[in-house]
Amino acid sequence: MEPLLVYPFPVAADLSQALDRAGYAYVGVTDEVDAERKEPEDGWGGAIIMADRSPDDAYKVAVSLRKRDYPLEPLVMVLRSEQLGTLELNRDLFDDFVVSPLNHRELEVRLKHQYWRLGRGTRPELVEYGDLVLNLETYQAAIAKRPLDLTYMEYELLKFLAQHPGKVFTREALLNRVWGYEYYGGARTVDVHVRRLRAKLGEEYANLIQTVRSVGYRFGQSRWSG
Amino acid sequence: MMRQQEYVLRTVEERAVRLIRLWFTDVNGQLKSFAITPAELETAFSEGMHFDGSSIDGFSRVQESDVLARPDAATFELIPFGPEDNHAARMFCDIETLDGTPFAGDPRYVLKRNLQRARQLGFTFMVAPEMEFFYFANGDPTQPLQPLDSGSYFDLTLADVASDLRRRTISMLEAMGIPVEYSFHEDSPSQHEIDLRYTDALEMADTVMTFRLLVREIALERGVYATFMPKPLAGVQGSGMHTHMSLFQGDTNVFHDPASGGLSAQGRQFIAGLLRHAREISAVTNQLVNSYKRLAPGSEAPTYVTWAHNNRSALIRVPVTKKDKPSSTRIEYRAPDPACNPYLAFSVILAAGLKGITEGYELPDEAAANLFELSPGERAKAGIAELPVNLSEALDEMERSELVVEALGDHIFEWFLRNKRAEFAEYRAQVTPYELARYLPGW
Repeated sequence: MEPLLVYPFPVAADLSQALDRAGYAYVGVTDEVDAERKEPEDGWGGAIIMADRSPDDAYKVAVSLRKRDYPLEPLVMVLRSEQLGTLELNRDLFDDFVVSPLNHRELEVRLKHQYWRLGRGTRPELVEYGDLVLNLETYQAAIAKRPLDLTYMEYELLKFLAQHPGKVFTREALLNRVWGYEYYGGARTVDVHVRRLRAKLGEEYANLIQTVRSVGYRFGQSRWSG
Repeated sequence: MMRQQEYVLRTVEERAVRLIRLWFTDVNGQLKSFAITPAELETAFSEGMHFDGSSIDGFSRVQESDVLARPDAATFELIPFGPEDNHAARMFCDIETLDGTPFAGDPRYVLKRNLQRARQLGFTFMVAPEMEFFYFANGDPTQPLQPLDSGSYFDLTLADVASDLRRRTISMLEAMGIPVEYSFHEDSPSQHEIDLRYTDALEMADTVMTFRLLVREIALERGVYATFMPKPLAGVQGSGMHTHMSLFQGDTNVFHDPASGGLSAQGRQFIAGLLRHAREISAVTNQLVNSYKRLAPGSEAPTYVTWAHNNRSALIRVPVTKKDKPSSTRIEYRAPDPACNPYLAFSVILAAGLKGITEGYELPDEAAANLFELSPGERAKAGIAELPVNLSEALDEMERSELVVEALGDHIFEWFLRNKRAEFAEYRAQVTPYELARYLPGW
């Protein structure tokens, strides 16, 4: 998994301890510009924003991460109990929060829960969604324990979709995010690969990738349909 | 690119793949394969695999017969059939000369070059062929062919074999990422049809190669012989490879006219190009002596160079599509047969269609009546040409064609003509049972 973004830099000692123990990689950033500069090629794995010292700057970083075309998820805020009121007006800026001083175990459980909610599994190198498991280290995928034999692009497409369950992507967006700009077959390539993936997933699981009429594709259940 | 190769190396290790089959296609359209071990894979990616091309049909040039096969990591697939404990995978290869330039005798390169040309004009070429083939109880040419489901007394058992074969074939195709829409005919005994879903032409040419191998292998597992020979039985329909096609510009189907809901101007020009050059490209889309027996009048196969919306005897059909599905506007070219070299066939078809667009050809009127009912005089008056009646005539047409030499390149163009002329000469020297039965009694 890609590293977590942590604000501010240098990273507070108790937070780095908690993350090291839980086995998450992370990178500290000084502000939103620094966050963009240090962003890994495949995007951040998530963010932990410490708002307990300079809340205004912390919220500014959170805004920059959430007001993108694809808002960064999960985002966990860390704040003092007397700041809890500030969350009220900023609900769209975070997925969960922890009160400082940090409880290591609590942070770990909350992060794990967020990754489960996003279908990204409880082990950082695994992407899990229902019966589907992708291992990002070995490039292997399996459905209901049956290994899937995928081509490289099929694997990349499935990985991307499974990391963003419930979201609708247009063909153009998928081409840009998964293929990059060096693609051969044009936008129809996406349809071809989705069909091939569905064929390999088998009848029972083919509907994991849903066609959203005249828009594009969505992996898994819609976020709005329960 | 490096990540794709890394993906392949890792998957070979994780899935305990023992053999990697490197596939390429000779000029005749036969699949060639050699196997390497996982240990050789990294070298194959970085340097290519060296081999002597002089044994491959259409590759040989006396002075420089050594070539390199460079596996295309994007085509890496595990092979789902064969022994359980012996995982194998395949990759298609591009063939290069020793100095690393594409080899002119490689059909895959020829198609890439033609697709590149389409891309310069802003087009992606999407195709979807309908593959027809026969199952026979054996493949021994000295024995009479025995269809699997012709009315013999053990009909029932054999019909089960055919449906079991079909099921297994389709599930293997899907396992290799080849989605199908299938149907099967009752037209001819033991004839089957599997329709492939559209992809871009390069991927489809690879898919056709995989498809032919897979259908034959799965049949052999059950002791049955599958054949893509265009006309194995006299008196019944042969096997075609009707090819549906369209051009896309990004997400937009260029053949679709939003105003009328029908064919766009460019779609009409593409058809006009195919019609005008149909006789020239015939030797490539129908490359066997036997191909022209399928195209003989009296069957559903096309004979005359015409187009129509809904006339199945036309060479080009424009299927009626639903109003709300502009992406499915397409044309169907009905000449090709499944024994063609798909890389070369898609190349010349595309070149002919594009020529229609770049030169702005006018589309002639649609053929209305059943053309077989017209007299030769009436057809001539209507300006309706006939497809070549045999391979020799098709080769004459091809030899005169600037379009075909440009599409195929000198190397393949010359080798193809020479090789096919020899094939026809060999056929011509035969005295057939038909001739004996017809002439011996009276003369």
